[in-house]
Parts: sequence; structure tokens; C-alpha cells
Amino acid sequence: MNSNTLSAAQIAFLQAHKRRKIRIHLYRISILILFLFLWEFSTYKGWIDDFIFSSPSKLVFCCYHMILENQLFYHIGITLFETIVSFLLVMLLSLIITILLWFSKSLTETLDPYLVVLNSLPKSALAPLLIVWLGANYKTIILTGMSVAIFGTILNLYIGFQGVDPEKIKLIRTLGGNASQVLLKVILPANLGNIIGLMKVNIGLCLVGVIIGEFISSKCGLGYLIIYGSQVFKLDWVILSILILCCIAILLYSLIGVLERRQKRNM
Amino acid sequence: MEYLISCQHMFYTYHTLQGETPALCDIDFQVKPGEFLSIVGPSGCGKSTLLSLLCGLIQPESGKILLNGQNVTGKCSIGYMLQHDHLFEWRTVKKNILLGLEIQKKINKETLKEADELLKTYGLYDFKDARPSQLSGGMRQRAALIRTLLLHPDLLLLDEPFSALDYQTRLQVSDDIGSIIRKSGKTAILVTHDLSEAVSLGDRVLVLTPLPAGIKAIIPINFPPELSPLQRRNTNEFKDYFNLIWKELNLNEL
Ligand SMILES: Nc1ncnc2c1ncn2[C@@H]1O[C@H](COP(=O)(O)OP(=O)(O)OP(=O)(O)O)[C@@H](O)[C@H]1O
Ligand SMILES: [Mg+2]
Repeated sequence: MNSNTLSAAQIAFLQAHKRRKIRIHLYRISILILFLFLWEFSTYKGWIDDFIFSSPSKLVFCCYHMILENQLFYHIGITLFETIVSFLLVMLLSLIITILLWFSKSLTETLDPYLVVLNSLPKSALAPLLIVWLGANYKTIILTGMSVAIFGTILNLYIGFQGVDPEKIKLIRTLGGNASQVLLKVILPANLGNIIGLMKVNIGLCLVGVIIGEFISSKCGLGYLIIYGSQVFKLDWVILSILILCCIAILLYSLIGVLERRQKRNM
Repeated sequence: MEYLISCQHMFYTYHTLQGETPALCDIDFQVKPGEFLSIVGPSGCGKSTLLSLLCGLIQPESGKILLNGQNVTGKCSIGYMLQHDHLFEWRTVKKNILLGLEIQKKINKETLKEADELLKTYGLYDFKDARPSQLSGGMRQRAALIRTLLLHPDLLLLDEPFSALDYQTRLQVSDDIGSIIRKSGKTAILVTHDLSEAVSLGDRVLVLTPLPAGIKAIIPINFPPELSPLQRRNTNEFKDYFNLIWKELNLNEL
């Protein structure tokens, strides 16, 4: 397969594959351009009201002004910071807690109903309470972001830990290993793919949680910008923030994608 | 005569919420140093359970297991080859065979050198940086054997180590591994379904009854020592031994 002389059929296949990829990319970009064009054109023609629907040109203008006023990057930075911190804390804490649960079966059985209830609870219901308890600051918002993701992550990780072939664990035992060696040599490596999968889900969930937190109480961040903008009918702000959120989601997601590809290559 | 391992009136029962399963019933046998003992028995009769007891993973309900006259604990020098090779896909072949040394914190210059030598001897050196999935079934089995041998066990336990292989590879690998074990003078206990494998490799064959496993018979196998497992299969006595064990196994069902 890694020979240097590829057959003509193989070359044709590879070229067809490449052409198809390029075509798909073109389709994707055309949809975006078409959408932006229709948006701009219909506001220009007055088919839709650019006061509530905004328009690409207004957004660019708005973006430019907010950058000039040093506002935009400040809000983006806050939201990004809160999301990344809550994401990292979720991964760290849920790993630690799952490891503790894995070590003690009684602890797991005791805590299981609580975890299930907390996981199925709509976490946005907790946010107002957290704000009253902890005050309206970035710590609360990080906690809101964490609350959305952490319980599900623990449950999922635990299922992954339990799913490891008992014979592999027996192997470590026969080689004279103790429980922590079982954890380090089998359980964690076998769950690496699972952990990265959960990271992919969690980065999105944390962003959702952080925005919910900023909605309810905050003086900065994109969530604040959205709520405040809708209250004072600055819908340009709202739509711009939503678009930026899309970009942040794509960025964070592709960062994890890099990690995933690296892990796949090491397999 | 000093025995390497001696099982004395051993009983074992599994307890679950569904009920209890007596798995071993009055198991009593001895193995001399350097001897190769084959164990055959019907499917699900408790063979793997017996090996788990021998290497101290689980404790007998009653009875005793003595290794060199000492009680068996988890830390004894017993090598256990499981039913599957369980090479880890996230490690290279070399890292896989070093797993045991790593766990026992015995990685140093000498052991690394020995690992390389074993890889060369068993034809795996060129694959040391490959992933296990790139190895053939027989090579994987050899890698698993090296992983076990590097810990210098006094006693080797083999639980149907060839069952995952196709018939032809199986003949080769069992010949291969049988010769390796015999040359290194190791004591070994092999569990197998395959009667001809039991006869071609063993010095004695222990026949177990169906669940709960008890000892049905112990049959000594006498071949000239220079015969390899494959050569044993071509002798006339081979068939007689095979039939003898076959009868012992099937007497149970009458
Ligand atoms: N952890 C366990 N809990 C309860 N029962 C068990 C357990 N492990 C094995 N058993 C039961 O004990 C009996 C013996 O099991 P064992 O695995 O020792 O059989 P075996 O002879 O190795 O089977 P095979 O030929 O399939 O490898 C089986 O009937 C099985 O159902
Ligand atoms: Mg078995």
C-alpha cells in the first residue's frame, strides 16, 4: 500500500476523491456567500427590516466600531476565558471523581441515584440560585458552565471505565500489578478515545452553560451583550454576538479535533 | 522428591446472588520441577478457575497450594498466559512485552538487553516498534510469551494459549512454544480443549470431570525426550494416548 508505484486505477481513484473534496468545499462556501448576499439584498430592497434583522454591512460596521471602542475583544475574551476554565475544571474534576468512584464500588452505588438526578436536572434552573449564593461574578458563571457538563461526564466516564475487558485487568493482576497500576496501565489508556470524545461534547456544553450564566447575571461577556442588546433594541449587537459565538464554537471544536487526530495517529 | 507446586484437597465455589456454583472439588496433585503438565476437561468445568487459584488471584475455600513449600500469594513468581494475548493496541510490541517489568519496576539495562535478545530469538525484533495489530496470530502469541518469560517465572500457567489461532498456525505455534518452554527447562501447566495438543506437549495429562471439576485421571505420557511436539504426533503411541484420554473424558457421560 505504501509502495511508490501506484497503479493507474489507484491514481484515478485518488484524484476523483480529491476532486470530490474540493467540490464539497465549493458548495459549502457558496451556500455562505449566497446566504450573505440574499440577506444584504433583501434588506437593501426593504423586503425585511434591517432594524430587527440587521444586515451583513451593518454588522461589519458595528463590529468595526466596537473594536474601535475596545469593547468587542473584551467581551469575547471574558466569555472565552470562562468557557475554557469551566471546561478544564469539568474534565479534571470528573476524572478525579470517576477514579474515586472506580476505586470504591460502595461509593458508586451510594452516589448513583444522586448523579442520575443531578444529570437529568435542567441546569439552567440552578443558575439563578448560584448567583444569589455566590454573587454575580465570573466564578458563578464558571460554575454554571461546569454544572451543565460535569454530571453527564462523570456518568459517561464511569461507564467507560466499567467497559474495560476484565481479562485485561486480570492480565495486570497476573503480572503482579495493584489497583493503581490497573488504572494507569489499562483503564486510562483504554479510555483515552472516550475522554477525547467527552471533551468534544463538553466544550460545547460549557459554552452553553457560560452563556446561560451571563444571561442571568453579568456585566460582561457575549451572553451579557446579547441580553443587553435585546433590551435596548441594539439588535446588531445581538446578531453579531451570536455570529461570534458560532466562530468560538468552531474554533474550540477544531482545537479538540487536533488533539483527537494526534491521538488517532498514536494508536 | 521435592515438588515445585502441590495442591492439597482444594475446593472452590463461586458465590453470586443467583446462587452458588461449586467449581472445584477436591483437587489434589503435584508437579515436579521441569515437568510439563497438560490439563484437559469439558468446557466450563473450572479449568480457568484452577489456574487463577494456582497463581494466587483467588484463594481456595479450603485446601492448600504450596509453591516450593510456601503458600502462594499474589507476589509469587508465577507466569500466567491468559486465554487471549491481550497485547495493548496503544503500546508498541516492545512496550507490550516490557509491561510486566514495568509493573514490577524492574526495567534496567540488563532487562532491556534481555528483552531485545528474546525479541531476536523469537523473530520479533524487526517488529519491535510495530503495533500489535500488525502482527500475525502466532507472532502475537510469541510476544505474549516473551512478556511472561521476562519475569523469570518458576512456573508457567498457560490457559488455552492457542485457542484463538487457526489450525495450521496452531500446530506451528504450539510446536514452537512447546519447544521454547522445554529448552528453557521451565515447569509448565497447560490447560487445553484439544486432546492432541495435551498429548503432544505434556509429560502427564490430568483429566478433569465436568462441573464441579474433580480429578478424573492422571495419565503419564512417555515419549523419547528428543521428540518435538510435532514429531510426537507422528508416532504410533500418540493415537493410543489420544484414545485413552478420549475414553476417560467420555466415561463421565455414560
Ligand atoms: N466470576 C464468576 N462468578 C460466578 N461463576 C463463575 C465465575 N467465573 C466462572 N464461573 C463459573 O464457574 C465455572 C467454571 O468456569 P471456568 O472459567 O473456570 O471454566 P473453564 O473450564 O475455564 O471454561 P472454558 O473451557 O470455557 O474456558 C463455569 O460454570 C462458570 O459459569
Ligand atoms: Mg477458561
